[in-house]
Amino acid sequence: MPKTAPETAAAGGDPGPGLILGFARVVARDLRLALRQRGDALLAVLFFVLTAMLFPFGIGQEPNLLQRIAPGVVWVTALLAVLLSLERLFLRDYEDGSLELMALSPVPLPVIVLAKVTAHWLTTGLPLLAAAPIIALMYGLPAAGYGILLAAMALGTPTLSLIGAVGAALTLGARRGGVLIPLLVLPLYIPVLIFGVSAVDAQMAGLSARPQLLLMGAGLLAAVALAPWAAAGALRQAVE
Amino acid sequence: MAADNSSQAASAPSAAPAAPSGRPRAGVRFAGRDLGCVRGDRAIFAGLDFDLPAGGALVLSGPNGSGKSSLLRVLASLLPPAAGQLLWDGADVARDPEAHRARLHYQGHHEALKPELTAAENLGFWAGLQDKSAGAVARALARFGLADLADQPVRLLSAGQRRRLSLSRILAAPAPLWLLDEPSVGLDARSVRTLEAEIEAHRAAGGLVVLATHQPLDLADPRALSVDDFPPAPVTADDDPWAGALW
Repeated sequence: MPKTAPETAAAGGDPGPGLILGFARVVARDLRLALRQRGDALLAVLFFVLTAMLFPFGIGQEPNLLQRIAPGVVWVTALLAVLLSLERLFLRDYEDGSLELMALSPVPLPVIVLAKVTAHWLTTGLPLLAAAPIIALMYGLPAAGYGILLAAMALGTPTLSLIGAVGAALTLGARRGGVLIPLLVLPLYIPVLIFGVSAVDAQMAGLSARPQLLLMGAGLLAAVALAPWAAAGALRQAVE
Repeated sequence: MAADNSSQAASAPSAAPAAPSGRPRAGVRFAGRDLGCVRGDRAIFAGLDFDLPAGGALVLSGPNGSGKSSLLRVLASLLPPAAGQLLWDGADVARDPEAHRARLHYQGHHEALKPELTAAENLGFWAGLQDKSAGAVARALARFGLADLADQPVRLLSAGQRRRLSLSRILAAPAPLWLLDEPSVGLDARSVRTLEAEIEAHRAAGGLVVLATHQPLDLADPRALSVDDFPPAPVTADDDPWAGALW
């Protein structure tokens, strides 16, 4: 029997597009989807900016007070905005059968999850990061705080997306899954919130923000290492 | 019979140059031994055996709810079997599920199409996830008469066109095993003939097909399997520790 190259590839070899190409193709597809329906991605930023704008109306415009609560307001509203966007991370792919096919593709499911989370962060976390200085400006945050606020958010928002992916995956198939996500995910978000706020507070009190940023970096690394596998396990259950 | 099949498959690669890669080696067999399936707390089937040589087609029959779709999901490794094992070329599929996923196309009830993307983009994504090159998209679209609609967003396509687009996915990237759940539903007569021709071409090149259908398809020498013939053993109080607790 003649052995041709394709036959040996089918018998063993490495099928599929490989990890990096598979990752890139999922990211590109999700970004393209987000671009075609901009409303979804804009919703999170709009929520972020509008909610943050409401606080001064509620608690008065005393500059010292606003300055003091600025990091907390930015972080809490960013966190809620991410929470708001989590449901759409897997739901549409679950409902139209795309998730089934992704689970059956030769690209490992954790890699696909990581790609989808990356696209989610690029369309949610990154716009929040871009909008944060506007909020900080509105609250009169001292110039020294901006750099640390952005650094902390750059480390923290990917962690929020990764942890959120586990919650979003676990609640697929549950009725009112969107209501369950905050219950599952919020407790895990609290450390990110605490260190994110205290990094800026430390900087403005003249202390080093390094420990907080290091801890947030550690949190991000742990989330990158664990969350894709946990979410992939939950997705396999969901498509069963 | 087996010798007959393998000789047919061995000569196939030269006969079907259109989709050369990803074809199985001649003599490959896909088999299930003593398969059982449980959904929720209900046993669907048990003790199911089948054996499919290269180039074979297995047609699942049975009334609605008899477990055809569940069996296909078990074969696709979406659903782990409650009992028994799947063998590809004699090797247990459960030991290397990723290799199994790489060798199959599964077409379920869902279309897995994004309305915002064009037909070509939808197809290109799935082909790209299955294959390195993702090159056969144009041919797959043309086969189902969708070449003119390649750049149309899927939301503008009719239900039948979407169905055809969804089916053309299995042509866009090669895989030796096709698992098709009611592939002919919603297709016009011409598309059904295209589907039959593509299945026959796939088999002639040594591919395997398992499909569930209520609409008889014109396939050469299909093996029939009625899922209804493998009813689960009735659960007795002795077998089921929860039976007493429930009542």
